[in-house]
Amino acid sequence: MSVDPWALIALCALVTVAIKAAGPVALGGRPLPRRLTGVIVLLAPTLLAALVVTGVAGREGELQVGAEAVGVAAGGAIAWRGGSILVCVVVAAVLTAALRALS
Amino acid sequence: MSGARAGIDRPAFRRGLRAGIPFALAGGLLSLSFGALAVDSGFPVAAAIAMSAVVFAGSAQFAAVSIAASGGGLGAATVAAALMNSRFLPMGIALGPSLPGGPVRRGVEGQAVVDASWAMAARPDGSFDRSFLLGSTAVQYVTWVAGTVAGAIGADAIGDLDRFGLDAVYPTFFLVLLVAELRAGRGRGAAAGGALVALALIPLAPPGVPVLAASLVALAGVRRGARPAAGTDPHGGGRPR
Repeated sequence: MSVDPWALIALCALVTVAIKAAGPVALGGRPLPRRLTGVIVLLAPTLLAALVVTGVAGREGELQVGAEAVGVAAGGAIAWRGGSILVCVVVAAVLTAALRALS
Repeated sequence: MSGARAGIDRPAFRRGLRAGIPFALAGGLLSLSFGALAVDSGFPVAAAIAMSAVVFAGSAQFAAVSIAASGGGLGAATVAAALMNSRFLPMGIALGPSLPGGPVRRGVEGQAVVDASWAMAARPDGSFDRSFLLGSTAVQYVTWVAGTVAGAIGADAIGDLDRFGLDAVYPTFFLVLLVAELRAGRGRGAAAGGALVALALIPLAPPGVPVLAASLVALAGVRRGARPAAGTDPHGGGRPR
């Protein structure tokens, strides 16, 4: 590895703290404009869907789909049927590992 | 800094703690793979643990370490982490009005935003249950650091993470949160739009940008205004079981 881990940690901590603080520092005490609440409600499903897609298909900036897509889909199906997140995550990992072991 | 608003609503905090436990356990599995990956990539064990303790943002940590491991520089790795975390900017803007006190205090409490807590603490009217959020994040922080300790120390024994399917943990974590939103009937179109935007940008943009760009899809909600509350439960439908 070419970089100093401690420098990387310090920089990552700095940008993370700044990003998380920005909204609350700028926008306290005032209610959000009514028009924006509709945006906020849609923000979570939008961001989560994007994180799922990039987590499954976006490895190192390329579109790739492998065994983990099957595992993740199975985890999602269990979640849809009301399973707990721990079960979903464990099934996803075990199924992915099994598919890799077989292939 | 007095008044009811500035204090912690203990029952809500405890509800947050309990609701956060399953996510904390799943997050522990995630941070276990982070710890192993970081040590595998050349991080000293102490550095891997320190990163989880002070950065506490899974996707950013994975992105920064992966880029550093593949020969990227300090700037590229930091920018990737910032981009992965850029979603916390709109999330913090949404949360801001629900935080009490002056700017410094609000900025400090804003550090408690993590995906699961933020999504679960959201009320249908666009405000947030701050005590619930703090409780949910507290338990997730503990397992995040503990999982990293286990992964970093056990990195040699764990070996290749993909062999155990641990790379499926991270997307599944977010998918479970998404399913809770979709089951409540919220934002199905926005979720589909966000997924498509992210998918289209993966080959074109650096890591982090597809997620940030996808968040713009939520602007489709701008004219609809506040939706009528589905029920009196402050976490109506948004809380996964």
